Amino acid sequence: MAVENTYHRGLHRWSILLAFCTLLLVVAGGLVTSRDAGLSVPDWPLSYGKLMPKMEGGILYEHGHRMIATTVGLFTIVSLVWIFRVDRRKWMRTLAISALMAVIVQGVLGGITVLLLLPWWISSSHATLAQLFFSTTVTIALFTSRGWLAGPSMIPEDSENPIRGLSLAAPICILCQLFLGAAARHKAIGSIYHICGAPFVTGVVLWVSMRILLHYARNPELRTAAVVLITITLTQVFLGVGAFMTRIAYADAPQPMPLMVTFTVLHVAVGALTLAASIVMAILVRRNLGARVTFPRLTADAVSA
Amino acid sequence: MPAPCKNGVLKQALTIASIIPLVLLLADCGGSTPQQAQTSVALPEAHVDQATAGTISGRVLFQGSVPVMPVIDMSSNPSCERQHSAPVKAQTFVLNKNGTLRNAFVWIKDGLPAARWTPPAEPVKLTQSGCIYEPHVVGIMVNQPLEILNDDPVNHNVHAESQVNPAWNISEPPKDEPKFRKFAAAEVLFPMTCSVHPWMRSFIGVSPHPFFAVTGDDGSFTLRGVPPGTYTIEVVQEKLGKKEGKLTLASGGNSTIDFLYGS
Repeated sequence: MAVENTYHRGLHRWSILLAFCTLLLVVAGGLVTSRDAGLSVPDWPLSYGKLMPKMEGGILYEHGHRMIATTVGLFTIVSLVWIFRVDRRKWMRTLAISALMAVIVQGVLGGITVLLLLPWWISSSHATLAQLFFSTTVTIALFTSRGWLAGPSMIPEDSENPIRGLSLAAPICILCQLFLGAAARHKAIGSIYHICGAPFVTGVVLWVSMRILLHYARNPELRTAAVVLITITLTQVFLGVGAFMTRIAYADAPQPMPLMVTFTVLHVAVGALTLAASIVMAILVRRNLGARVTFPRLTADAVSA
Repeated sequence: MPAPCKNGVLKQALTIASIIPLVLLLADCGGSTPQQAQTSVALPEAHVDQATAGTISGRVLFQGSVPVMPVIDMSSNPSCERQHSAPVKAQTFVLNKNGTLRNAFVWIKDGLPAARWTPPAEPVKLTQSGCIYEPHVVGIMVNQPLEILNDDPVNHNVHAESQVNPAWNISEPPKDEPKFRKFAAAEVLFPMTCSVHPWMRSFIGVSPHPFFAVTGDDGSFTLRGVPPGTYTIEVVQEKLGKKEGKLTLASGGNSTIDFLYGS
Protein backbone atom coordinates (compact mmCIF):
# COMPACT_ATOMS: atom_id res chain seq x y z
CA MET A 1 0.00 0.00 0.00
CA ALA A 2 1.38 3.39 -0.98
CA VAL A 3 2.27 5.79 1.84
CA GLU A 4 1.75 9.54 1.50
CA ASN A 5 4.94 11.52 1.83
CA THR A 6 5.68 15.23 1.73
CA TYR A 7 8.42 16.99 -0.16
CA HIS A 8 11.41 17.87 1.98
CA ARG A 9 13.63 20.40 0.24
CA GLY A 10 16.58 19.93 2.57
CA LEU A 11 16.67 16.16 2.10
CA HIS A 12 16.33 16.48 -1.67
CA ARG A 13 19.20 18.97 -1.89
CA TRP A 14 21.30 16.78 0.36
CA SER A 15 20.57 13.80 -1.90
CA ILE A 16 21.70 15.80 -4.93
CA LEU A 17 24.89 16.73 -3.07
CA LEU A 18 25.47 13.05 -2.21
CA ALA A 19 25.04 12.07 -5.87
CA PHE A 20 27.40 14.83 -6.99
CA CYS A 21 30.05 13.82 -4.43
CA THR A 22 29.69 10.21 -5.54
CA LEU A 23 30.33 11.24 -9.13
CA LEU A 24 33.46 13.04 -7.89
CA LEU A 25 34.41 9.82 -6.13
CA VAL A 26 34.00 7.87 -9.38
CA VAL A 27 36.27 10.43 -11.07
CA ALA A 28 38.81 10.10 -8.26
CA GLY A 29 38.73 6.31 -8.57
CA GLY A 30 39.16 6.57 -12.31
CA LEU A 31 42.18 8.81 -11.77
CA VAL A 32 43.76 6.25 -9.44
CA THR A 33 43.58 3.53 -12.09
CA SER A 34 44.48 5.76 -15.03
CA ARG A 35 47.48 7.22 -13.20
CA ASP A 36 48.65 3.71 -12.21
CA ALA A 37 48.47 4.88 -8.61
CA GLY A 38 46.48 1.97 -7.17
CA LEU A 39 49.39 0.59 -5.16
CA SER A 40 51.11 3.85 -4.31
CA VAL A 41 49.86 3.42 -0.73
CA PRO A 42 50.65 -0.19 0.19
CA ASP A 43 48.76 -0.25 3.49
CA TRP A 44 45.09 0.07 4.38
CA PRO A 45 43.05 1.43 6.15
CA LEU A 46 45.91 3.78 7.14
CA SER A 47 48.19 5.33 4.53
CA TYR A 48 51.90 4.88 5.23
CA GLY A 49 50.77 4.21 8.80
CA LYS A 50 49.18 7.67 9.03
CA LEU A 51 45.82 9.32 8.60
CA MET A 52 47.40 11.93 6.34
CA PRO A 53 50.60 11.02 4.46
CA LYS A 54 52.56 13.47 2.37
CA MET A 55 50.43 14.01 -0.74
CA GLU A 56 53.00 13.50 -3.50
CA GLY A 57 52.97 11.66 -6.81
CA GLY A 58 50.52 8.75 -6.91
CA ILE A 59 49.78 9.12 -3.18
CA LEU A 60 47.82 12.27 -4.01
CA TYR A 61 45.43 10.22 -6.15
CA GLU A 62 45.19 7.11 -3.97
CA HIS A 63 44.89 8.84 -0.61
CA GLY A 64 42.73 11.59 -2.15
CA HIS A 65 40.38 8.85 -3.37
CA ARG A 66 40.26 7.40 0.13
CA MET A 67 39.46 10.81 1.64
CA ILE A 68 36.62 11.47 -0.81
CA ALA A 69 35.32 7.94 -0.22
CA THR A 70 35.28 8.53 3.53
CA THR A 71 33.35 11.77 2.99
CA VAL A 72 30.81 10.03 0.76
CA GLY A 73 30.44 7.28 3.37
CA LEU A 74 29.68 9.88 6.06
CA PHE A 75 27.25 11.68 3.72
CA THR A 76 25.48 8.37 3.11
CA ILE A 77 25.06 7.84 6.85
CA VAL A 78 23.58 11.34 7.14
CA SER A 79 21.19 10.52 4.27
CA LEU A 80 20.12 7.34 6.01
CA VAL A 81 19.41 9.12 9.29
CA TRP A 82 17.62 11.96 7.48
CA ILE A 83 15.45 9.59 5.46
CA PHE A 84 14.50 7.64 8.57
CA ARG A 85 13.53 10.89 10.27
CA VAL A 86 11.40 12.50 7.57
CA ASP A 87 10.51 9.88 4.95
CA ARG A 88 7.70 7.50 5.77
CA ARG A 89 8.01 5.30 2.70
CA LYS A 90 9.23 1.87 3.79
CA TRP A 91 10.86 1.07 0.45
CA MET A 92 12.72 4.38 0.61
CA ARG A 93 14.20 3.41 3.95
CA THR A 94 15.20 0.06 2.48
CA LEU A 95 16.89 1.89 -0.37
CA ALA A 96 18.80 4.10 2.09
CA ILE A 97 19.97 1.01 4.02
CA SER A 98 21.03 -0.62 0.74
CA ALA A 99 23.03 2.50 -0.15
CA LEU A 100 24.85 2.39 3.16
CA MET A 101 25.56 -1.33 2.78
CA ALA A 102 26.86 -0.73 -0.74
CA VAL A 103 29.22 2.04 0.33
CA ILE A 104 30.57 -0.09 3.19
CA VAL A 105 31.14 -3.08 0.89
CA GLN A 106 32.70 -0.72 -1.62
CA GLY A 107 35.16 0.59 0.96
CA VAL A 108 36.12 -2.93 2.04
CA LEU A 109 36.60 -4.00 -1.60
CA GLY A 110 38.81 -0.97 -2.17
CA GLY A 111 40.96 -1.84 0.82
CA ILE A 112 41.19 -5.53 0.05
CA THR A 113 42.17 -4.96 -3.55
CA VAL A 114 45.13 -2.86 -2.34
CA LEU A 115 46.21 -5.48 0.18
CA LEU A 116 45.91 -8.29 -2.39
CA LEU A 117 47.79 -6.25 -5.06
CA LEU A 118 44.84 -5.48 -7.31
CA PRO A 119 43.42 -8.86 -8.35
CA TRP A 120 41.37 -8.05 -11.42
CA TRP A 121 38.04 -9.38 -10.21
CA ILE A 122 38.12 -7.46 -6.94
CA SER A 123 39.21 -4.28 -8.70
CA SER A 124 36.57 -4.79 -11.40
CA SER A 125 33.88 -5.49 -8.79
CA HIS A 126 34.99 -2.35 -6.95
CA ALA A 127 34.71 -0.34 -10.18
CA THR A 128 31.32 -1.80 -11.12
CA LEU A 129 29.83 -1.43 -7.64
CA ALA A 130 30.96 2.21 -7.74
CA GLN A 131 28.78 2.73 -10.79
CA LEU A 132 25.84 0.96 -9.13
CA PHE A 133 26.27 3.01 -5.96
CA PHE A 134 26.26 6.22 -7.98
CA SER A 135 23.01 5.12 -9.63
CA THR A 136 21.58 4.42 -6.18
CA THR A 137 22.36 7.96 -5.04
CA VAL A 138 20.77 9.34 -8.21
CA THR A 139 17.60 7.35 -7.57
CA ILE A 140 17.50 8.63 -3.98
CA ALA A 141 17.67 12.17 -5.37
CA LEU A 142 14.89 11.26 -7.83
CA PHE A 143 12.62 9.75 -5.19
CA THR A 144 12.99 12.76 -2.90
CA SER A 145 12.25 15.27 -5.67
CA ARG A 146 9.13 17.41 -5.83
CA GLY A 147 8.26 15.99 -9.24
CA TRP A 148 8.32 12.42 -8.01
CA LEU A 149 6.21 13.20 -4.97
CA ALA A 150 3.68 15.07 -7.13
CA GLY A 151 2.76 11.76 -8.71
CA PRO A 152 2.96 10.27 -12.19
CA SER A 153 1.34 11.37 -15.43
CA MET A 154 -0.10 8.04 -16.40
CA ILE A 155 -0.32 7.03 -20.04
CA PRO A 156 -1.34 3.66 -21.41
CA GLU A 157 1.24 1.29 -22.83
CA ASP A 158 0.86 0.67 -26.55
CA SER A 159 0.50 -3.08 -26.99
CA GLU A 160 2.15 -2.90 -30.43
CA ASN A 161 5.13 -0.94 -29.05
CA PRO A 162 5.59 -2.23 -25.52
CA ILE A 163 8.29 -0.53 -23.50
CA ARG A 164 7.99 -1.74 -19.91
CA GLY A 165 10.15 -4.86 -20.31
CA LEU A 166 12.34 -3.36 -23.00
CA SER A 167 13.31 -0.45 -20.78
CA LEU A 168 15.15 -2.86 -18.49
CA ALA A 169 17.37 -4.00 -21.35
CA ALA A 170 19.28 -0.71 -21.42
CA PRO A 171 20.57 -0.70 -17.80
CA ILE A 172 21.34 -4.43 -17.93
CA CYS A 173 23.37 -4.08 -21.13
CA ILE A 174 25.11 -0.94 -19.84
CA LEU A 175 26.03 -2.65 -16.58
CA CYS A 176 27.54 -5.59 -18.47
CA GLN A 177 29.43 -3.17 -20.69
CA LEU A 178 30.73 -1.30 -17.64
CA PHE A 179 31.98 -4.56 -16.16
CA LEU A 180 33.76 -5.42 -19.41
CA GLY A 181 35.34 -1.97 -19.39
CA ALA A 182 36.46 -2.39 -15.79
CA ALA A 183 37.89 -5.84 -16.53
CA ALA A 184 39.79 -4.41 -19.49
CA ARG A 185 41.14 -1.56 -17.40
CA HIS A 186 42.36 -4.03 -14.82
CA LYS A 187 44.00 -6.13 -17.53
CA ALA A 188 41.84 -9.23 -17.11
CA ILE A 189 40.67 -9.16 -20.71
CA GLY A 190 41.55 -7.26 -23.84
CA SER A 191 39.84 -4.00 -24.68
CA ILE A 192 38.37 -5.70 -27.75
CA TYR A 193 35.44 -7.15 -25.74
CA HIS A 194 34.50 -3.73 -24.40
CA ILE A 195 34.93 -2.19 -27.85
CA CYS A 196 32.80 -4.88 -29.51
CA GLY A 197 30.12 -4.43 -26.86
CA ALA A 198 29.86 -0.69 -27.48
CA PRO A 199 27.87 -0.79 -30.78
CA PHE A 200 25.50 -3.38 -29.33
CA VAL A 201 24.83 -1.42 -26.14
CA THR A 202 24.50 1.83 -28.08
CA GLY A 203 22.02 0.10 -30.37
CA VAL A 204 19.92 -1.11 -27.44
CA VAL A 205 19.93 2.36 -25.87
CA LEU A 206 18.88 3.97 -29.16
CA TRP A 207 16.21 1.32 -29.72
CA VAL A 208 14.62 1.88 -26.30
CA SER A 209 14.99 5.66 -26.37
CA MET A 210 13.67 6.03 -29.92
CA ARG A 211 10.65 3.87 -29.11
CA ILE A 212 9.88 6.20 -26.23
CA LEU A 213 10.35 9.30 -28.39
CA LEU A 214 8.22 7.85 -31.19
CA HIS A 215 5.38 6.43 -29.12
CA TYR A 216 5.44 7.93 -25.63
CA ALA A 217 6.79 11.44 -26.14
CA ARG A 218 3.56 12.99 -24.91
CA ASN A 219 4.71 12.14 -21.40
CA PRO A 220 7.27 14.86 -20.49
CA GLU A 221 9.13 12.71 -17.95
CA LEU A 222 9.68 9.89 -20.43
CA ARG A 223 10.56 12.28 -23.23
CA THR A 224 13.18 14.05 -21.12
CA ALA A 225 14.62 10.78 -19.84
CA ALA A 226 15.01 9.43 -23.38
CA VAL A 227 16.64 12.61 -24.71
CA VAL A 228 19.04 12.74 -21.76
CA LEU A 229 19.99 9.07 -22.17
CA ILE A 230 20.64 9.43 -25.91
CA THR A 231 22.75 12.54 -25.34
CA ILE A 232 24.83 10.95 -22.60
CA THR A 233 25.30 7.73 -24.56
CA LEU A 234 26.52 9.49 -27.70
CA THR A 235 28.90 11.55 -25.55
CA GLN A 236 30.11 8.32 -24.01
CA VAL A 237 30.79 6.77 -27.42
CA PHE A 238 32.84 9.83 -28.40
CA LEU A 239 34.83 9.66 -25.14
CA GLY A 240 35.38 5.93 -25.63
CA VAL A 241 36.85 6.50 -29.08
CA GLY A 242 39.05 9.23 -27.64
CA ALA A 243 40.21 7.03 -24.76
CA PHE A 244 41.09 4.21 -27.15
CA MET A 245 42.93 6.42 -29.63
CA THR A 246 44.97 8.20 -26.96
CA ARG A 247 45.85 4.85 -25.38
CA ILE A 248 47.24 3.67 -28.71
CA ALA A 249 49.02 6.96 -29.35
CA TYR A 250 50.79 6.84 -25.97
CA ALA A 251 51.41 3.08 -25.86
CA ASP A 252 55.17 3.59 -25.53
CA ALA A 253 55.00 6.45 -23.05
CA PRO A 254 56.96 5.85 -19.84
CA GLN A 255 54.04 7.07 -17.74
CA PRO A 256 50.30 7.80 -18.09
CA MET A 257 49.93 10.87 -20.32
CA PRO A 258 47.48 13.67 -19.38
CA LEU A 259 45.35 13.48 -22.55
CA MET A 260 44.90 9.72 -22.22
CA VAL A 261 44.08 10.10 -18.52
CA THR A 262 41.55 12.86 -19.26
CA PHE A 263 39.68 10.90 -21.93
CA THR A 264 39.69 7.69 -19.91
CA VAL A 265 38.52 9.24 -16.66
CA LEU A 266 35.77 11.18 -18.43
CA HIS A 267 34.76 7.92 -20.12
CA VAL A 268 34.48 6.27 -16.69
CA ALA A 269 32.49 9.17 -15.24
CA VAL A 270 30.10 9.44 -18.18
CA GLY A 271 29.74 5.64 -18.02
CA ALA A 272 28.37 6.11 -14.51
CA LEU A 273 26.01 8.80 -15.80
CA THR A 274 24.87 6.51 -18.62
CA LEU A 275 23.96 3.72 -16.21
CA ALA A 276 22.17 6.14 -13.89
CA ALA A 277 20.24 7.71 -16.77
CA SER A 278 19.14 4.30 -18.05
CA ILE A 279 18.01 3.21 -14.58
CA VAL A 280 16.07 6.45 -14.10
CA MET A 281 14.45 5.94 -17.48
CA ALA A 282 13.43 2.37 -16.61
CA ILE A 283 11.98 3.55 -13.30
CA LEU A 284 10.05 6.37 -14.98
CA VAL A 285 8.66 3.95 -17.56
CA ARG A 286 7.33 1.70 -14.82
CA ARG A 287 5.96 4.70 -12.90
CA ASN A 288 4.18 6.43 -15.76
CA LEU A 289 2.86 3.55 -17.82
CA GLY A 290 -0.62 2.25 -17.23
CA ALA A 291 -2.35 -0.80 -18.57
CA ARG A 292 -1.45 -2.08 -22.01
CA VAL A 293 -3.98 -1.11 -24.69
CA THR A 294 -4.27 -1.58 -28.43
CA PHE A 295 -4.58 1.72 -30.25
CA PRO A 296 -6.61 1.87 -33.48
CA ARG A 297 -4.30 2.06 -36.48
CA LEU A 298 -4.76 4.20 -39.56
CA THR A 299 -5.43 2.00 -42.56
CA ALA A 300 -4.88 2.92 -46.20
CA ASP A 301 -8.65 3.13 -46.67
CA ALA A 302 -9.01 5.48 -43.75
CA VAL A 303 -6.26 7.72 -45.07
CA SER A 304 -7.74 7.89 -48.59
CA ALA A 305 -11.20 8.59 -47.17
CA MET B 1 2.74 8.05 -3.36
CA PRO B 2 3.51 5.18 -5.69
CA ALA B 3 6.52 2.98 -5.06
CA PRO B 4 9.03 2.78 -7.92
CA CYS B 5 8.63 -0.97 -8.11
CA LYS B 6 5.62 -2.65 -6.65
CA ASN B 7 7.28 -6.04 -6.32
CA GLY B 8 10.48 -4.84 -4.70
CA VAL B 9 12.63 -5.48 -7.76
CA LEU B 10 14.79 -2.48 -6.91
CA LYS B 11 15.42 -3.76 -3.41
CA GLN B 12 16.33 -7.21 -4.67
CA ALA B 13 18.65 -5.84 -7.33
CA LEU B 14 20.53 -3.69 -4.86
CA THR B 15 20.85 -6.55 -2.39
CA ILE B 16 22.21 -8.86 -5.09
CA ALA B 17 24.61 -6.16 -6.28
CA SER B 18 25.96 -5.85 -2.75
CA ILE B 19 26.32 -9.60 -2.23
CA ILE B 20 27.99 -10.66 -5.50
CA PRO B 21 31.40 -9.08 -4.82
CA LEU B 22 31.45 -10.55 -1.31
CA VAL B 23 30.71 -14.02 -2.66
CA LEU B 24 33.53 -13.62 -5.18
CA LEU B 25 35.84 -12.45 -2.43
CA LEU B 26 35.05 -15.39 -0.19
CA ALA B 27 35.53 -17.74 -3.13
CA ASP B 28 39.03 -16.37 -3.71
CA CYS B 29 40.06 -16.47 -0.07
CA GLY B 30 39.61 -20.21 -0.08
CA GLY B 31 41.50 -20.75 -3.30
CA SER B 32 45.11 -20.70 -4.26
CA THR B 33 47.06 -18.18 -6.28
CA PRO B 34 47.26 -19.04 -9.98
CA GLN B 35 50.99 -19.43 -10.05
CA GLN B 36 52.48 -20.67 -6.86
CA ALA B 37 56.20 -20.26 -6.37
CA GLN B 38 58.05 -23.44 -7.18
CA THR B 39 58.97 -25.41 -4.14
CA SER B 40 62.56 -26.42 -3.85
CA VAL B 41 63.30 -30.05 -4.57
CA ALA B 42 66.12 -32.01 -3.01
CA LEU B 43 68.89 -31.60 -5.57
CA PRO B 44 72.58 -32.41 -5.19
CA GLU B 45 74.90 -29.54 -4.35
CA ALA B 46 76.39 -28.08 -7.53
CA HIS B 47 80.11 -28.46 -8.01
CA VAL B 48 82.25 -26.97 -10.74
CA ASP B 49 85.73 -28.30 -11.41
CA GLN B 50 87.66 -25.10 -12.01
CA ALA B 51 90.26 -27.04 -14.02
CA THR B 52 87.71 -27.79 -16.72
CA ALA B 53 85.52 -24.68 -16.39
CA GLY B 54 85.39 -22.28 -19.31
CA THR B 55 84.02 -18.90 -20.31
CA ILE B 56 81.06 -17.92 -22.45
CA SER B 57 81.10 -14.41 -23.81
CA GLY B 58 79.39 -12.38 -26.48
CA ARG B 59 77.56 -9.21 -27.37
CA VAL B 60 73.97 -8.13 -27.82
CA LEU B 61 73.73 -6.15 -31.05
CA PHE B 62 71.02 -4.06 -32.65
CA GLN B 63 70.46 -3.07 -36.28
CA GLY B 64 67.57 -1.08 -37.63
CA SER B 65 65.71 2.12 -36.93
CA VAL B 66 66.40 3.26 -33.42
CA PRO B 67 63.29 4.12 -31.38
CA VAL B 68 63.37 7.54 -29.76
CA MET B 69 62.98 7.30 -26.02
CA PRO B 70 60.59 9.87 -24.55
CA VAL B 71 61.63 12.24 -21.79
CA ILE B 72 60.16 11.39 -18.39
CA ASP B 73 57.86 14.06 -16.97
CA MET B 74 58.62 14.30 -13.24
CA SER B 75 56.59 17.46 -12.68
CA SER B 76 54.06 15.55 -10.55
CA ASN B 77 56.73 15.38 -7.85
CA PRO B 78 59.07 18.41 -7.90
CA SER B 79 61.38 16.73 -5.35
CA CYS B 80 62.21 14.20 -8.04
CA GLU B 81 62.58 16.80 -10.78
CA ARG B 82 65.01 18.91 -8.71
CA GLN B 83 67.47 16.03 -8.47
CA HIS B 84 68.21 16.09 -12.20
CA SER B 85 70.09 18.85 -13.99
CA ALA B 86 69.07 17.53 -17.41
CA PRO B 87 65.94 15.82 -18.74
CA VAL B 88 65.85 12.09 -18.04
CA LYS B 89 64.87 9.73 -20.83
CA ALA B 90 63.10 6.40 -20.45
CA GLN B 91 65.53 3.46 -20.36
CA THR B 92 63.28 1.03 -22.19
CA PHE B 93 65.78 0.93 -25.04
CA VAL B 94 69.39 2.10 -24.65
CA LEU B 95 71.70 1.76 -27.64
CA ASN B 96 75.42 2.01 -26.99
CA LYS B 97 77.72 3.91 -29.34
CA ASN B 98 79.11 0.65 -30.72
CA GLY B 99 75.69 -0.53 -31.87
CA THR B 100 75.10 -2.82 -28.92
CA LEU B 101 72.28 -2.86 -26.41
CA ARG B 102 72.52 -1.97 -22.78
CA ASN B 103 70.36 -3.56 -20.07
CA ALA B 104 69.85 -6.94 -21.73
CA PHE B 105 69.69 -9.90 -19.36
CA VAL B 106 71.71 -12.93 -20.53
CA TRP B 107 71.66 -16.33 -18.86
CA ILE B 108 72.12 -20.03 -19.41
CA LYS B 109 68.57 -21.13 -19.90
CA ASP B 110 69.22 -24.83 -20.40
CA GLY B 111 72.01 -27.41 -20.40
CA LEU B 112 73.37 -27.29 -16.87
CA PRO B 113 73.03 -30.47 -14.85
CA ALA B 114 70.25 -30.40 -12.29
CA ALA B 115 71.89 -29.16 -9.11
CA ARG B 116 71.39 -26.81 -6.22
CA TRP B 117 73.56 -23.73 -6.53
CA THR B 118 74.34 -21.87 -3.33
CA PRO B 119 73.57 -18.15 -3.69
CA PRO B 120 76.07 -15.56 -2.47
CA ALA B 121 75.35 -14.10 0.93
CA GLU B 122 76.15 -10.63 -0.36
CA PRO B 123 72.97 -8.83 -1.38
CA VAL B 124 72.32 -7.32 -4.78
CA LYS B 125 71.46 -3.64 -4.44
CA LEU B 126 68.55 -1.86 -6.06
CA THR B 127 68.65 1.86 -5.34
CA GLN B 128 65.91 4.45 -5.78
CA SER B 129 67.83 7.59 -6.57
CA GLY B 130 66.42 10.66 -8.28
CA CYS B 131 63.16 8.70 -8.59
CA ILE B 132 64.89 6.29 -10.94
CA TYR B 133 65.85 2.69 -10.23
CA GLU B 134 69.56 1.98 -10.39
CA PRO B 135 70.43 -0.38 -11.97
CA HIS B 136 67.65 -0.61 -14.51
CA VAL B 137 68.01 -4.38 -14.89
CA VAL B 138 69.02 -6.53 -11.95
CA GLY B 139 70.36 -10.07 -12.10
CA ILE B 140 70.06 -12.08 -8.92
CA MET B 141 70.21 -15.71 -7.86
CA VAL B 142 67.40 -17.65 -6.30
CA ASN B 143 67.40 -16.97 -2.54
CA GLN B 144 70.08 -14.29 -2.82
CA PRO B 145 69.11 -11.18 -0.80
CA LEU B 146 67.91 -8.14 -2.71
CA GLU B 147 68.69 -4.94 -0.81
CA ILE B 148 66.33 -2.09 -1.68
CA LEU B 149 67.46 1.41 -0.77
CA ASN B 150 65.74 4.77 -0.92
CA ASP B 151 68.18 7.64 -1.41
CA ASP B 152 65.37 10.06 -2.25
CA PRO B 153 63.67 12.62 -0.03
CA VAL B 154 60.29 11.22 -1.11
CA ASN B 155 58.09 8.22 -0.39
CA HIS B 156 58.38 5.25 -2.70
CA ASN B 157 56.49 2.01 -2.91
CA VAL B 158 58.24 -1.01 -4.36
CA HIS B 159 56.00 -3.46 -6.18
CA ALA B 160 57.47 -6.73 -7.42
CA GLU B 161 55.16 -7.73 -10.27
CA SER B 162 56.41 -11.31 -10.32
CA GLN B 163 54.25 -14.12 -11.67
CA VAL B 164 56.12 -17.23 -10.50
CA ASN B 165 57.33 -15.83 -7.20
CA PRO B 166 54.69 -14.31 -4.91
CA ALA B 167 54.18 -10.65 -5.78
CA TRP B 168 54.63 -8.06 -3.04
CA ASN B 169 54.30 -4.33 -2.49
CA ILE B 170 56.12 -2.45 0.26
CA SER B 171 56.47 1.19 1.21
CA GLU B 172 59.84 2.82 1.62
CA PRO B 173 59.74 6.29 3.21
CA PRO B 174 62.57 8.80 2.63
CA LYS B 175 65.98 7.70 3.92
CA ASP B 176 64.37 4.62 5.41
CA GLU B 177 66.36 1.58 6.49
CA PRO B 178 67.09 -0.72 3.53
CA LYS B 179 64.52 -3.43 2.88
CA PHE B 180 65.63 -7.00 2.11
CA ARG B 181 63.73 -9.50 0.02
CA LYS B 182 64.49 -12.91 -1.57
CA PHE B 183 62.98 -14.77 -4.49
CA ALA B 184 62.49 -18.50 -4.03
CA ALA B 185 62.09 -19.49 -7.67
CA ALA B 186 63.76 -18.74 -10.98
CA GLU B 187 61.92 -16.08 -12.99
CA VAL B 188 63.23 -14.13 -15.97
CA LEU B 189 62.24 -11.23 -16.32
CA PHE B 190 59.65 -9.34 -14.28
CA PRO B 191 59.10 -5.64 -13.55
CA MET B 192 59.62 -3.84 -10.28
CA THR B 193 57.52 -0.68 -10.22
CA CYS B 194 56.65 2.33 -8.09
CA SER B 195 53.05 3.55 -8.22
CA VAL B 196 53.94 6.84 -6.55
CA HIS B 197 56.12 7.61 -9.58
CA PRO B 198 54.64 5.61 -12.47
CA TRP B 199 57.68 6.13 -14.71
CA MET B 200 59.86 4.15 -12.28
CA ARG B 201 60.39 0.65 -13.62
CA SER B 202 63.21 -1.81 -13.28
CA PHE B 203 63.42 -5.46 -14.27
CA ILE B 204 64.57 -8.40 -12.20
CA GLY B 205 66.02 -11.62 -13.58
CA VAL B 206 66.11 -14.40 -10.98
CA SER B 207 68.45 -17.19 -12.03
CA PRO B 208 68.74 -20.63 -10.40
CA HIS B 209 72.52 -20.58 -11.00
CA PRO B 210 75.30 -17.98 -11.08
CA PHE B 211 75.72 -17.92 -14.89
CA PHE B 212 73.95 -14.72 -15.87
CA ALA B 213 74.89 -11.16 -16.76
CA VAL B 214 73.39 -7.80 -17.65
CA THR B 215 74.93 -5.96 -20.58
CA GLY B 216 76.48 -2.59 -19.88
CA ASP B 217 78.04 0.30 -21.80
CA ASP B 218 79.71 -1.97 -24.36
CA GLY B 219 76.85 -4.43 -24.80
CA SER B 220 79.01 -7.40 -23.94
CA PHE B 221 78.54 -10.19 -21.43
CA THR B 222 80.85 -12.76 -19.89
CA LEU B 223 79.84 -15.88 -18.00
CA ARG B 224 82.86 -17.31 -16.18
CA GLY B 225 83.47 -20.65 -14.48
CA VAL B 226 80.96 -22.54 -16.62
CA PRO B 227 81.40 -26.34 -16.70
CA PRO B 228 81.89 -27.84 -20.17
CA GLY B 229 78.71 -28.77 -21.98
CA THR B 230 76.15 -27.79 -24.57
CA TYR B 231 73.97 -24.89 -23.53
CA THR B 232 71.01 -22.81 -24.57
CA ILE B 233 71.83 -19.17 -23.94
CA GLU B 234 68.92 -16.75 -23.70
CA VAL B 235 68.92 -12.97 -23.86
CA VAL B 236 65.89 -10.98 -22.71
CA GLN B 237 65.38 -7.31 -23.47
CA GLU B 238 62.31 -5.59 -21.97
CA LYS B 239 61.13 -4.01 -25.24
CA LEU B 240 62.52 -6.35 -27.89
CA GLY B 241 61.74 -9.63 -26.15
CA LYS B 242 63.69 -12.90 -26.06
CA LYS B 243 66.29 -14.54 -28.26
CA GLU B 244 68.22 -17.70 -27.71
CA GLY B 245 71.13 -19.58 -29.19
CA LYS B 246 73.00 -22.84 -28.63
CA LEU B 247 76.70 -23.40 -28.12
CA THR B 248 79.10 -26.06 -26.93
CA LEU B 249 81.75 -25.18 -24.39
CA ALA B 250 84.82 -27.40 -24.45
CA SER B 251 86.72 -28.32 -21.30
CA GLY B 252 88.66 -25.27 -20.16
CA GLY B 253 87.69 -23.46 -23.35
CA ASN B 254 86.12 -20.19 -24.40
CA SER B 255 83.00 -19.87 -26.51
CA THR B 256 81.43 -16.78 -27.96
CA ILE B 257 77.92 -16.08 -29.11
CA ASP B 258 76.39 -12.84 -30.37
CA PHE B 259 72.72 -11.96 -30.47
CA LEU B 260 71.29 -9.59 -33.04
CA TYR B 261 68.04 -7.72 -32.58
CA GLY B 262 66.54 -5.78 -35.44
CA SER B 263 63.53 -3.63 -36.07
